[in-house]
Amino acid sequence: MITRDDVLKVSLLARLQLDDEQLDLMADQLARIVQYVDQLAEVDTTGVEPMAHPFELTNVFRDDQLQPSLPREQAVGSAPRTDGECFLVPAVLGE
Amino acid sequence: MSTALPTAAELADRLAQGSVTASQLVAQCLDTIRQRDGGLNVFLSVEDRDAALQEAQAVDSRRGSEPAGLLAGLPVAIKDNICHAGRKTTCASQMLAEYVPPYDASVVRKLRDAGAVIVGRTNLDEFAMGGSTENSHFGPTRNPWNPDHVPGGSSGGAAAAVAAEMVPLSLGSDTGGSIRQPAALCGVTGLKPTYGRVSRYGLVAFASSLDQIGPITRDARDAALLLQAIAGHDEHDSTSADVPVPDYLAAIEQPLAGLKIGVLREQLSGDIDPEVKAAIEAALATLEAQGATLVDVPLPHSKYAVATYYVISASEASSNLARYDGAHYGYRTDERAMRETLRQEEAELKAAGKEAAVAQLDSPLVRMYRLSRSEGFGTEVQRRIMLGTYALSAGYYDAYYRKALQVRRLIRQDYDAAFAQVDLLVGPVTASTAFKIGEKCEDPLSMYLVDLFTVGANLAGIPAMSVPCGFSSDGLPIGLHLQAPAFEEARLLRVGHQYQQVTDWHTRRPAS
Repeated sequence: MITRDDVLKVSLLARLQLDDEQLDLMADQLARIVQYVDQLAEVDTTGVEPMAHPFELTNVFRDDQLQPSLPREQAVGSAPRTDGECFLVPAVLGE
Repeated sequence: MSTALPTAAELADRLAQGSVTASQLVAQCLDTIRQRDGGLNVFLSVEDRDAALQEAQAVDSRRGSEPAGLLAGLPVAIKDNICHAGRKTTCASQMLAEYVPPYDASVVRKLRDAGAVIVGRTNLDEFAMGGSTENSHFGPTRNPWNPDHVPGGSSGGAAAAVAAEMVPLSLGSDTGGSIRQPAALCGVTGLKPTYGRVSRYGLVAFASSLDQIGPITRDARDAALLLQAIAGHDEHDSTSADVPVPDYLAAIEQPLAGLKIGVLREQLSGDIDPEVKAAIEAALATLEAQGATLVDVPLPHSKYAVATYYVISASEASSNLARYDGAHYGYRTDERAMRETLRQEEAELKAAGKEAAVAQLDSPLVRMYRLSRSEGFGTEVQRRIMLGTYALSAGYYDAYYRKALQVRRLIRQDYDAAFAQVDLLVGPVTASTAFKIGEKCEDPLSMYLVDLFTVGANLAGIPAMSVPCGFSSDGLPIGLHLQAPAFEEARLLRVGHQYQQVTDWHTRRPAS
């Protein structure tokens, strides 16, 4: 059973910020969804290979040749904060 | 020219004959969009009129001097999760409300190469998560058949654009039914191709083992035309299949004699609207009269398809949407307010003597991520990210994610067994017609269950199509669901086209 504490923990893992009211609602809704999903437990999957992809993929290789890539000004051009060369974010190790 | 918009194939003939020009056609579509979009909210952005007409004129002036492309002069709308260089591509999200991609999706390039003129980008459920187009940051799209009802989703704008005769052709994307379900609810034709049939380069990722781009059109012939233009291998998408593309327009002409159809009887005997059931039964009788043989076929694990789908798609979504971090592109929270809040929280905890909790406080970077994402994403997107993160987290991975992948294989094996017996599977797209706006908003699970009949094709990777097959007594469209083995789109299109030779459901249009 998914609890409010689970939801709080998962919200940090998911990098989401939920207020108290949202936590309650999310816990309630996720609990019902998870309860529905729990029906998968009744399926006998002994020895069944998990299927992560519709078709069994093999690695796709190409020659290791230099190809044009997105110019830097376009790559950083959509960033909320940039100095034109890098993406700017709040300091990680204190001010 | 009359105000009714003919099919793309008819328009292509008229363009070739010179009885209409691309410029006239694009102007007509832009006029219809201007007249009708206020009430329906189909488009999130429309091309600049002068630029679109200029592009149409260029197509017109090339005609005769060089071979015309497959879609030369035809106006097309694209779902707003397909990157279009230099235009806002929003995914109907606050997160990407101002995002302008620096490159074109491969399908956009292919449309252009075929001579199509893109006239705008259509509304969707945020990041294609939803079945009603109500989860749009820019407001819901309304069903052209009855504006109190949803158009379905997530490609609700794409389907409504064709139903309302704003464009003859549009592109949607389908992760769990997002092309077929809105096509059914809007009375148009929608095809989800085989996983890998159409390049997804430039499609904003939702669930990468399920997503596929496909056509939404007036009829199966137009779907064949549009698929012909966009199908094929693309070196930019390593999951696109290097499988030859057949001549779809030729394939659809083959009659149905000898075709063996599997009827998904369980889907007709459960909780289904009697009018929908009657329409599907009538369509089956028509196909039988056209020479197909019918046999009931089971898909024993299909009752687990929705649970399997929501674990897998939410897990993949939680991973894919991790890229929206407020740093590289997209929305970022107000940093000054964020720092002030953090300072206050720290002061309050210190005043209360909770030193341990102070150490647990988010760093400014983590808080920036969290606030940017929670302010930028809508409720449904956050719910799925939470579900997926939970299903992938330590202690739950085996019980949910791994388990779902195992059931996915069983679902795929059901299809393999069915296709060993029959050429095609037929059933309803949805158990009921379009529901009312707001009806399912309070109960996410009830919205998820709308996908019951459609998610199997995505889990198995096979192609599937929705074809109009009737109306309810209150005038809402009903869709027939066709599913075929991998890379057998031609078979779906053939059955759809042959069915449409003897029925006229696909020709009906809502009052404007």
